[in-house]
Amino acid sequence: MILEVCNITKKFGGVTAIKDTSFSVKSKEIYGLIGPNGAGKTTMFNIITGNYQPTEGAIKFHGQRIDGVKPFKIVHRGIARTFQNIRLFKSMSVLDNVLIGFDYQANYTYLESIFRLPRFFGEEKRIKKRALEILEILGIEQFANELSTSLSYGSQRKVEIARALAANPQLLLLDEPAAGMNPNETHELAELFFKIRDQLDITILLIEHDMKFVNHLCDRVMVLDYGKTIFEGHIEDAIQDEEVIKAYLGDFKHA
Amino acid sequence: MMNDAIFTRDRLINLALIVTTIWFIWFAQHFFDEYTIRIINNVAIFIILAVSYNLINGITGQFSLEPNGFIAIGAYVTAILTVDAEGMLYQYDIEDPYPWILALQSNFGWALFFSGTISALLALSLAFPVFRVRGDYLAIVTLGFGFIIRILAINSPEITNGSLGINDIPEFSNLYWTGGMAIFTVIAILNIIYSKYGRAMKAVRDDEDAATAMGINTFKIKTMAFTTSAFFEGIGGGLLAALLTSISPDLFTFFLTFQLLIIIVLGGLGSTTGAILGTIFVMAGLEYMRFLDEPMSLFGFETDGTPGMRMVVFSLILILVMLFAREGLMGKKELKDLFKKKKANK
Repeated sequence: MILEVCNITKKFGGVTAIKDTSFSVKSKEIYGLIGPNGAGKTTMFNIITGNYQPTEGAIKFHGQRIDGVKPFKIVHRGIARTFQNIRLFKSMSVLDNVLIGFDYQANYTYLESIFRLPRFFGEEKRIKKRALEILEILGIEQFANELSTSLSYGSQRKVEIARALAANPQLLLLDEPAAGMNPNETHELAELFFKIRDQLDITILLIEHDMKFVNHLCDRVMVLDYGKTIFEGHIEDAIQDEEVIKAYLGDFKHA
Repeated sequence: MMNDAIFTRDRLINLALIVTTIWFIWFAQHFFDEYTIRIINNVAIFIILAVSYNLINGITGQFSLEPNGFIAIGAYVTAILTVDAEGMLYQYDIEDPYPWILALQSNFGWALFFSGTISALLALSLAFPVFRVRGDYLAIVTLGFGFIIRILAINSPEITNGSLGINDIPEFSNLYWTGGMAIFTVIAILNIIYSKYGRAMKAVRDDEDAATAMGINTFKIKTMAFTTSAFFEGIGGGLLAALLTSISPDLFTFFLTFQLLIIIVLGGLGSTTGAILGTIFVMAGLEYMRFLDEPMSLFGFETDGTPGMRMVVFSLILILVMLFAREGLMGKKELKDLFKKKKANK
């Protein structure tokens, strides 16, 4: 088990966003977190990445508790994420965006950068080379020196994924990666995720609404509704499940 | 993609710029009149101040109003370290100086170093409470800090000679010191900007949450930018003290910060090239527009001298710049980016 979410409850004042939810993700699995709007999916992401503290429960990564650890330190341990609405660094080039992900892996000090000592050049060269490799895997290396915001929507999504990959994660959290994409792009994206899992040995946890996409991609899913787990298991069973249908389509008997 | 040659085009341009600047300093020192040298000295010191202020305000995007405080500290440290005991005993009228103040002596180089270091240490201690929370608290705290420093300077005559200030500071600042420090500051700040630390600072400015999600310790990065900025502002203050030869608390009011803010906004927040251009434009411009205050004949009309006329014209120019170049003269671009653009257009 790479990630274990144990009995997480999250309350915002009187509102319970997530109620006693548990699930676990196996290594090299693609796990889907689905559910209608406001079900608490993104809240769950924010809890895993340390942006929110759970009211109750524990998060374990490789068996070690990570709830209460500072968000940037969780990244250093190997969990990286993308955002639902693209959040690139707008004033920076695509390459610089990806290099930000390498920040904690570049091994030189402040003074070494001020006086441009040899280690600075060595490390910069190393991370630049690796950043370009990542851009190549995602097929956007030709945009390396473009301004990040000048790219098309689909390419910007890829830059965000590249940036997350640069942080050298073992677990990648993707918040609605296929939102706003056409079927062709979605298909391409799914192939990309298989590639990321198989070539880079990265486990993927994703939030998604596109059922076809989820069906094609995910090994297992969990369905959340109003902060409660209503289903966990394989996607084929999920679409048959009455609770799930009720949550998505409303409560009416066998239409 | 990677360029392994030692003499790349960028590096040659940088080298040419540095050599030209050094030659210019030498030339100015030998051939220009005293008035011009004075202006260039002023511009050099304000380049130090503006470029370092830009690091926290423009690059890291943390709106702060601290320069006058740190410049004051730098100026006082240099003044105390370089004025000899005899001179101090003679000047300190309100209270006798503390014995340890008299004992503190050093040469000008070390004095500047201590000016920077003490400012930086103070910045570090300010950063801890301020950067724990997000938002514009830094602006408020640093604004208050500037006032506190001034009030402290007025109310501790044993150290600073109160509102009388310290006079007869040896005039160490010449073009080699101010110009040399300006070159060093610009190179150091640019080296920071074009490293992982500079990238992280820009990331914090663009989107702090995303920066955290990329594993950046935003608290540490902001503290680094703030402390570095204070270090160079301290040095700038020291140079200023040794150029003016007399300092008093009234020199370091909020107006000084305001002037620097105008410079970096005019030049383009986030651009070091812009900060340098802004300094030259504002400092030299204010000086050379003095003719506007004097009587002159305009298209046959004789006008009386109107004191303050240059400020009116200057404000108009500022308004025009803000109207037609919303992001300042350079925006976020550096000299390097301008060359690139030209290449792409060809």
